[in-house]
Amino acid sequence: MPDATAAQPARFAAPRASSWRALRRSRTGLAGVVIVTAIVMAATCAPWLAPSNPTAPVFGAILNRPGPVHPFGTDQLGRDVLSRVIYGARVALAVGLTTVIAAGLIGCTLGLVSGYAGGWADAAITRIADVQLSFPFILLALVVNAVIGAGLRNIILSLAIAGWPLYVRVVRGEVLALRHREYVQAAVAVGARPVRLLWRHVLPNVMTPIVVISTLQVSQFIIAEATISFLGFGVQPPTPAWGSMVSDGRNYIFFAWWLAAFPGAALAVTALGVNLTGDWLRDALDPRLRS
Amino acid sequence: MSRYLLGRLGQAAVAIFLALTAVFFLVRITGDPVILFLPLDVQPKDIAQFRHLLGFDRPVWTQYVEFLGRAARGDFGASLRYRAPALGLVLRRLPVTAELAAVSLAVVASVAVPVGILSARYRGTVVDHLGITLTAAGQAVPGFWLGLMLIWVFGVWLRWLPVAGFGGWTHFVLPTLTLTAFYAAQIARITRSAVLDALGQDYVRTARAKGMREIGVLVRHVLKNAAIPIVTVFGLNAGQLLGGAVVTETIFAWPGMGAYILNALLGRDFPVVMVGVFCTSVIYVTMNLAVDLAYLWIDPRVRYA
Repeated sequence: MPDATAAQPARFAAPRASSWRALRRSRTGLAGVVIVTAIVMAATCAPWLAPSNPTAPVFGAILNRPGPVHPFGTDQLGRDVLSRVIYGARVALAVGLTTVIAAGLIGCTLGLVSGYAGGWADAAITRIADVQLSFPFILLALVVNAVIGAGLRNIILSLAIAGWPLYVRVVRGEVLALRHREYVQAAVAVGARPVRLLWRHVLPNVMTPIVVISTLQVSQFIIAEATISFLGFGVQPPTPAWGSMVSDGRNYIFFAWWLAAFPGAALAVTALGVNLTGDWLRDALDPRLRS
Repeated sequence: MSRYLLGRLGQAAVAIFLALTAVFFLVRITGDPVILFLPLDVQPKDIAQFRHLLGFDRPVWTQYVEFLGRAARGDFGASLRYRAPALGLVLRRLPVTAELAAVSLAVVASVAVPVGILSARYRGTVVDHLGITLTAAGQAVPGFWLGLMLIWVFGVWLRWLPVAGFGGWTHFVLPTLTLTAFYAAQIARITRSAVLDALGQDYVRTARAKGMREIGVLVRHVLKNAAIPIVTVFGLNAGQLLGGAVVTETIFAWPGMGAYILNALLGRDFPVVMVGVFCTSVIYVTMNLAVDLAYLWIDPRVRYA
């Protein structure tokens, strides 16, 4: 737990300008932002970028090797793997973003309550968060998914249920450090209600670590979704999702490597891009979190 | 010191109790758990009878107390598929998983920690860049895909290694690589930053100034101080290794606990799932207890507190 003085965010005259300069200085950060931009472009412009329909079977072109017509080859139903990989970016980004927002909302709210209210609410929330953090994330999401049923909506739900405790830990720590600061005390003195106090005075000061964790969690959630889809839960066919594509490819690994190779590579590159961006954000925005 | 130990043991007991509670309520979050505990071929008219038979029609608190009582005796009910006590079925597969996990932990400790140290010691050089690239890749590559690609390269293409099953040391190579990639990257990363942190301290400058050999400085002063964060992350993430085991064992047809839990999940064999979740928690709590005991050894501040 950082003490109050150490927890003071280092604010400079023009944080935005300095983080932009930091981005240009950091080659890895720049690479990360370029990758993320490319993935977002692929997801939004998929209908124009993809050379063919990602879901319609073409029985004359089953399991073609990568070549000039199909750069990534075709799958067991003759569908163009490149097109499916491009469309797969949609599921990955949609799951990554909505899950982070859901987990973030739950976690931040509970973290604010926990840090500010203290007492039994704090004890209960931190205990639950600790127990949950102590359990393998992917296994918990799998179990929740098995209980509530497969499908995209439930995968987001189960990942959010499994992913919120991290926010609690960070937000609670920040709130504890902030609540004795003069401007918070001053707001209490003039009679600000807890909700307004947390919203106007505490939350803005916790945003930086939240943004950093959220970015890094996006890649964790994208991989988790793919893992769950790979293991047979989650996104169902024929929706092109990278995890289920690798899962299909697993059955053909002995003679058609491209089925599993390309969607998995897309997944790894996406995760890498998001991680690099997150690392850069952390270094640029919040030097205290640097590891 | 004994108070420290007692405190930690107490915390472990509370954690296991909470895990049991979580398992109990987890299968009830949908409201009606009876569907999760029925054989797949059950007729709709028999559901009510099953609900009564399994006790799901009684008050939740009665069920909870009874569940805790039976759990204390190691009775978690019978597997729906194998009609045998679920606990025994899961525990029988534990040693095979433990073997894989032990080899993986050994690999992580003997590869990731040196990589992190070298990366920090030669900061900014080619060695460091190589280390950073490897760890970034390790953290981004999804385990299930890495496993498949290893099967393709070493099993299908080069035909060097067996791609499935449990056997001699060659069977360990690919699963270990798959299981350790992410974890090793994480440990290498934390080692690098912890060592960098220690290298900047005054006592390191003093040690060097008095003419100590570099290896001595690294081992006696740097590593000893960097050990605390490294051991913490090591323990914290050991639980995630068990999550990784689910994926790894499934891909390589490793006859361990992870693959068994996944099969139970896919086959909706919830007594086995509950035992799996419970065992995982117990293993994790034990690991953390081990880390806490390790602090006694590496950090004198804990010993004399």
